[in-house]
Amino acid sequence: MFLHEARLKRQSLLDSLFRNLTRLAAIGVLLLLASILFSLVMGSMPAIHAFGFGFLKSPDWDPVNDKFGALIPIIGTLVTSGIALLIAIPVSFGIALFLTELSPRALRRPLGVAIELLAGIPSIIYGMWGLFVFAPLFADHIEPWISDHIGALPYIGPFFVGPPMGIGMLTASIILAIMVIPFISSVMRDVFDVVPAMLKESAYGLGSTTWEVVMKIVLPYTKVGVAGGIMLGLGRALGETMAVTFVIGNAHELSQSLLNPGNSISSALANEFTEAVGELYTSSLIELGLILFFITFVVLSIARFMLYKLGQREGKAS
Amino acid sequence: MNATTQHRIVVKDLNFYYGKYRALKDINLDIADKKVTAFIGPSGCGKSTLLRTFNRMYQLYPNQTATGSIMLDGDNILDKSQDLNKLRAKVGMVFQKPTPFPMSIYDNIAFGVKLYHNLSRNDMDERVEWALKKAALWGEVKDKLKQSGMGLSGGQQQRLCIARAIAVKPQVLLLDEPTSALDPISTAHIEKLIDELKEDFTIVIVTHNMQQAARVSDYTAYMYMGDLVEFGETSSVFTNPKRKETEDYITGRFG
Repeated sequence: MFLHEARLKRQSLLDSLFRNLTRLAAIGVLLLLASILFSLVMGSMPAIHAFGFGFLKSPDWDPVNDKFGALIPIIGTLVTSGIALLIAIPVSFGIALFLTELSPRALRRPLGVAIELLAGIPSIIYGMWGLFVFAPLFADHIEPWISDHIGALPYIGPFFVGPPMGIGMLTASIILAIMVIPFISSVMRDVFDVVPAMLKESAYGLGSTTWEVVMKIVLPYTKVGVAGGIMLGLGRALGETMAVTFVIGNAHELSQSLLNPGNSISSALANEFTEAVGELYTSSLIELGLILFFITFVVLSIARFMLYKLGQREGKAS
Repeated sequence: MNATTQHRIVVKDLNFYYGKYRALKDINLDIADKKVTAFIGPSGCGKSTLLRTFNRMYQLYPNQTATGSIMLDGDNILDKSQDLNKLRAKVGMVFQKPTPFPMSIYDNIAFGVKLYHNLSRNDMDERVEWALKKAALWGEVKDKLKQSGMGLSGGQQQRLCIARAIAVKPQVLLLDEPTSALDPISTAHIEKLIDELKEDFTIVIVTHNMQQAARVSDYTAYMYMGDLVEFGETSSVFTNPKRKETEDYITGRFG
């Protein structure tokens, strides 16, 4: 009896030890987040004092005269990520749809694995491939056509005129799209797969076509997951550094055309930290980092909120 | 079966294969119009498979083939040229579990109707009300038509699915173990409903529950290992089975 009690006691001790360990790990994450935020804020204090909110609106980036503004990289980050999503969402949807509903069974696995492999390629390889392979092809064959044809259109034309250099905002967007497609499509495929077969059969049983089943049943049923996949892709696109740095051109210039070089927050950071001399320069870069942190935080929060609202309207917690 | 019975579906020499496996063996069977026909038999006997040939649901999956003929309205359902969407407008189906679509109760009913008809707002309202009344659900949901169908109880969801299936005014209603996921009270509701629906529709029901088959059906088919062992009026199949196997099954000696 005594032995038994001793063992029980030891077990309950281990139990509480384990519980506290997991709690510590959970709290550790929060502490880490808070301390990163804190050090970003502290690091950007000199720039915040010097430029105030004007930092967000100013297109200046003049290290010689110590004048800095974040407008160009902010726009570059938002525009490249936005265009990347515009390209990636329909393509990913097509891939996921094909893999779950249309593809012959024998093709499903190899194609699925190929897409997961694409997601595993380090971003620097996408950057190199973009710079050495994609950009020259793009400059020789596609950009002249874009400039001649789309550039001549009213309203959207001015966004597509410019010298065919191969590198620039549009190239960065396309590379980003290629990078996020595996993420978005594999999440979409996974959530499409969880739609109960019986639910789809019910819709087919009423005489729906595959397209109708997907648009009216599969997508509404999985919208939370699909939106989650898109947000994952957006998060990756916003923060992506290496590949973008290779192909965006790293020019602190505000130009309307997407064919011209631009800059994004993360590529500005990657390029300029080594050469940042002077407190204000470094601090401005750190403030850029803080802004990126903020943008991703806001984007993810909005996404969460939207999903929460959607779930509420459905009348069920999700 | 007496001579005055009209046949809605006539099955001739039906064989069904999952890949190479032969799941239905030379089935010959007539489904009477505006009656309830029940398929009973142990798991894996092919009763659901048979049901799923009537709307070609098996077509969604590779390597599933059917040979023979199933005549409905003078058309062979199994014919390659058969328009699947039209077929499925004529042959509605309800499944083992309730499958409300992720949309409002109203839209659930309107879903199938919209595929075939361009009804005005008023006509659609009437059709939805008609279907919900037929499915004995109107009184419970008339004040919450805009709410999600997923919020209903299991039994209500299943009646919603029945309403959805009959809203397109099919000739035949296939019920694949429609009460297997429901509690006894909901089951009783559905059985009562089946009795009322046979005035308008030809009903084929697959069930694991022999009492249910005895209660709701006019004709019963007993299947075993892909064979149609016995088929006839429910009263005679249950009280005076011609075959030893049928008797063993319905008296609970196996299965």
